[in-house]
Amino acid sequence: MTEILSPPTHRDEAWRYADLDALAPVWPDIAGQREDIVVAAGETASRQLILESSDPNVAVKTLSVRIEKDARFALHCLANAADYGRIAVEVTLGEGAHFELGGAILGTASQTLEIVTDVRHAEPGGTSNQTVRSVLGGKATGSYLGKVAVARDAQKTDASQSVKAMLLDRTATANAKPELEIFADDVKCAHGATVGELDKAALFYMASRGITPAEARALMLQAFIADAFVSLDDDAAREAIEAKALAILEAIT
Amino acid sequence: MLKIDNLHAEIGGTPILKGLSLEIGAGEIHAVMGPNGAGKSTLAYVLGGRDGYEVTQGSVTYNGIDLLDMAPHERAAAGLFLGFQYPVEIPGVSNVQFLRSALNAQRKVRGEEPLSGAEFLKLAREQASALKMDAEMLKRAVNVGFSGGEKKRNEMVQMGIIDPTFAILDETDSGLDIDALRTVGQGINTIMRKPDKAVLLITHYQRLLDVVKPDFVHVLAGGRIVKTGGAELALVLEEQGYEAIAEAA
Repeated sequence: MTEILSPPTHRDEAWRYADLDALAPVWPDIAGQREDIVVAAGETASRQLILESSDPNVAVKTLSVRIEKDARFALHCLANAADYGRIAVEVTLGEGAHFELGGAILGTASQTLEIVTDVRHAEPGGTSNQTVRSVLGGKATGSYLGKVAVARDAQKTDASQSVKAMLLDRTATANAKPELEIFADDVKCAHGATVGELDKAALFYMASRGITPAEARALMLQAFIADAFVSLDDDAAREAIEAKALAILEAIT
Repeated sequence: MLKIDNLHAEIGGTPILKGLSLEIGAGEIHAVMGPNGAGKSTLAYVLGGRDGYEVTQGSVTYNGIDLLDMAPHERAAAGLFLGFQYPVEIPGVSNVQFLRSALNAQRKVRGEEPLSGAEFLKLAREQASALKMDAEMLKRAVNVGFSGGEKKRNEMVQMGIIDPTFAILDETDSGLDIDALRTVGQGINTIMRKPDKAVLLITHYQRLLDVVKPDFVHVLAGGRIVKTGGAELALVLEEQGYEAIAEAA
């Protein structure tokens, strides 16, 4: 079985994102962590998810979310745990509904971490906004696959995706892939991605003011991933997830 | 205070500084002027310890200690301040956060207690107001969306907060309008014109030197100091240009 359990995500294009269904026969539990969420019409719900697992090898969490008419759902998550970690979110939006995703992928060593979203704008006037920030060191691979499907009737859909990755080492890999499937003709679907390294000029600027290299990196990384959590309105919840992210960053940098 | 002896430095194998010597004592303000490409900014970066600026020969001591042996943040903690010609933007990091981290990092090295948030804010507001910078700008990300003049003003606010003993100011006057130039110049005087401090002022123009009166003016050309004089030398340069002076030297 070990040969099948070798990294489920490969670096070549065709196999970049794990196909969990293909693994199910030999690894029944892999898709076991599935949770259904329904946000009733007009309601607002918020969820923070930190990927955790008792198994150091694998951590997978799948959310299936239905956001009904004029409802809002915000998910803020950290993909950090296990050698192979994945947060998968399937979302179906009703008329005028909104989906907000803020995610951070924080990986080191030989971790393979993924955030995979499948957002279906099924009715008119739905909006979605996805912001993912990755910080990757060692030989880690962090991937975001964001699928947005706009149904024929879902006019006035406004969907956007922003993905940025910071590589701490040249051996780390970041993937970002928007996948748009649009059948309506009056929609806005924006997507943007960047992959970069810490700005050396900024690090020197900070050092010239007396900030130690470790603290300078921490300040910059903290600012970088903060983008993913600005949309979290609840101050206490935002501070909690940022603190957790910071602790992970400290451990991996 | 600062002693530069026969300094040679190169960037990517290209020699820029070719035997520069300069001694700056406590209480002195030295202006270094020179044509483009003379090595003025290289001198500032070498003293600041920027990566990629390799010293191949010579020495720099600061209060008797080998400066070149120290990491950039250690130099800052030792009292050195580098005012940037092009201050760097740091998205997402507020001025307050940045400066408080900087000041407290320096205080820690010196064995002093860190400043509390409230103490720091009071100090920051005082310095901002002394340099006529809107205190609201302290909350904004470091230099992000600042105009050229605001960035330079912000450098001086930082200098006021950090209160260094030795400042290297690299073309702090460029990009400033006449009023801002006077404000910044007066800021330099207020913060640095003290018997136990010193300044190395790198500039192209005489105008700043009308406000910040230098004790010595040096002409840097071809990677070396080719002429040294008093404040009057800047006036001669303004009139005759660098070429005449560099050639005569």
